[in-house]
Amino acid sequence: MSNVPDDRKYTDSHEWLRLEQDGTVTVGVTHYAQESLGDLVFVETPQVGRRLKAGEACAVVESVKAASDTYAPIAGEVVEANSRLAEEPERINSSPYEEGWIMRIQPDDASDIEHLLDPEDYEQLLAEAK
Amino acid sequence: MLIFEHSREGRRAYAQAPRQLAGLADIPESYRRRSPALLPEVSELQVVRHYTRLSQKNFSIDTQAYPLGSCTMKYNPRACNTLAMLPEFLARHPYAPDRFGQGVLACLWELQEILTAVTGMKGVSLAPMAGAQGELAGVAMIRAYHEARGAHERTEIIVPDAAHGTNPATAVMCGYKVREIATATDGDVDMAALKQALGPQTAGIMLTNPSTVGVFERRIEEIARLVHEAGGLLYYDGANLNAILGKARPGDMGFDVIHLNLHKTFSTPHGGGGPGAGALGAGERLHAFMPIPIVAREGEHYRWHTETERPQSIGRLSTFGGNVGVLLRAYVYTRLLGREGMYRVAEFATLNANYLMARLRAAGFQIAYPQRRASHEFIVSLKREAKEIGATAMDFAKRLLDYGFHAPTTYFPLLVAEALLIEPTETETKEELDGFVAAMCRIRDEARADLAFVKGAPYKLPVRRLDEVRAARELNLSWKPSV
Repeated sequence: MSNVPDDRKYTDSHEWLRLEQDGTVTVGVTHYAQESLGDLVFVETPQVGRRLKAGEACAVVESVKAASDTYAPIAGEVVEANSRLAEEPERINSSPYEEGWIMRIQPDDASDIEHLLDPEDYEQLLAEAK
Repeated sequence: MLIFEHSREGRRAYAQAPRQLAGLADIPESYRRRSPALLPEVSELQVVRHYTRLSQKNFSIDTQAYPLGSCTMKYNPRACNTLAMLPEFLARHPYAPDRFGQGVLACLWELQEILTAVTGMKGVSLAPMAGAQGELAGVAMIRAYHEARGAHERTEIIVPDAAHGTNPATAVMCGYKVREIATATDGDVDMAALKQALGPQTAGIMLTNPSTVGVFERRIEEIARLVHEAGGLLYYDGANLNAILGKARPGDMGFDVIHLNLHKTFSTPHGGGGPGAGALGAGERLHAFMPIPIVAREGEHYRWHTETERPQSIGRLSTFGGNVGVLLRAYVYTRLLGREGMYRVAEFATLNANYLMARLRAAGFQIAYPQRRASHEFIVSLKREAKEIGATAMDFAKRLLDYGFHAPTTYFPLLVAEALLIEPTETETKEELDGFVAAMCRIRDEARADLAFVKGAPYKLPVRRLDEVRAARELNLSWKPSV
């Protein structure tokens, strides 16, 4: 698996999001983010039903190195949170793009997604960071 | 092994037993416990050995250099401890009338005056019992100020990402929304981001100056002007005051409220969770809101001012007048130094940091803000070592312990990759600093030759590399006797 899958969009704060068939958007943190953070020991997911503004801090991922906010990439309402992360935060380390997803959002405006980074742009950003 | 595990029924340690049991008769029968307390039953020699061994396992400023950035782990002069332990101080009861405590009140009043002068504020309250409590009280004062003016729409506190790590938590605890702003590439606050963040919703900004990236915020006066024009107030986190003590004053920079970690800059014992002291200073706007009690001098007489004299105060933070034992140590420290001595603290703390930074740079280590002069601390980024050799900041930190140096702060601030935040303080000698550089170079050589060896460090301590992930995931903080 590529470290930057091409079936989704990215943010410069290292979140990914994927548009699902039902019109919701799944959000998580990238491989680079989990690698930078190191072993995760605690994840706080947002309440289902919470209204999020784009760029708003909505989840916390904590490792032995640092506690870090995760930001809502787009505006919308939280429709589901990954409850398994409470017991198994390490899923974000082992599977950041699948089992380690953090939340699903019903976007206010699905076209907001267009403004986010394409996989190539995100890879470019990572190359510059290194 | 815990002291409880040495316990055998019937053993006694008379030297460590309470001196007298007088006064028990004053406690009503109904309040006395019926079964004996579950205390370890051990001999005097067992107690001596147990605690001596524990103290030998300690990694402390009394035994090793402790360059823990953002924490100012400096030497605590013994005189401060000796004088604070005078029986006249120790035996004073907080309920005793002020007229029987004129000595201690005079010391506290003088400490208030000294801290007021050295920070350029209008007044100081010694009430907060720790740095975190000082922060909480400072932001509560900002809140009380806005509420007194009916400015309920001011709901945001701006926190630059190079501020002290506790600041966002404090703002949230006071009911504010945190608005983080970025640091520019030169280490100063990003002015464009600040201007964009300011508005009618701004309650204030929390700044640390010098910041946690170890540089002095050069545009602080402009920042103060912009924040005040927007109707906000400025909070100063005193974490890094050691760099500028007496040389540059937060009050002159335009700050409205500051907290000082007396256990950092003013050399009271530090670590282990306290006891600390987080004295607060306030300027014109917030002076009336300071927490009580505050010592006042009326003629030749000292007494506590409370709600009566200070009706707008945010109130009390604890039952009595702050951590008096800690405050006395800080008072003695300030009197030992005097005005000139305080300047020298800042000068030598800054000189030591810059010397160490220059030596490490010359040795090939990457400095996070190489174009800037360090304040009392600076950041080495081990990004290159992590990438090229595979040795991370944590690996260097662990191996430094084997060489007799406490690890610098690792992975903080978050905006620098593989960060070691290094603060030597003014109390280390040149030989000690040279030893640190030599240790860093040796660790790099060791990692090049045998990475696994460095990853296995430490080797010379009571415990080897700890499983931090498991410790965080499976918290186990209490010991229970096996029955």
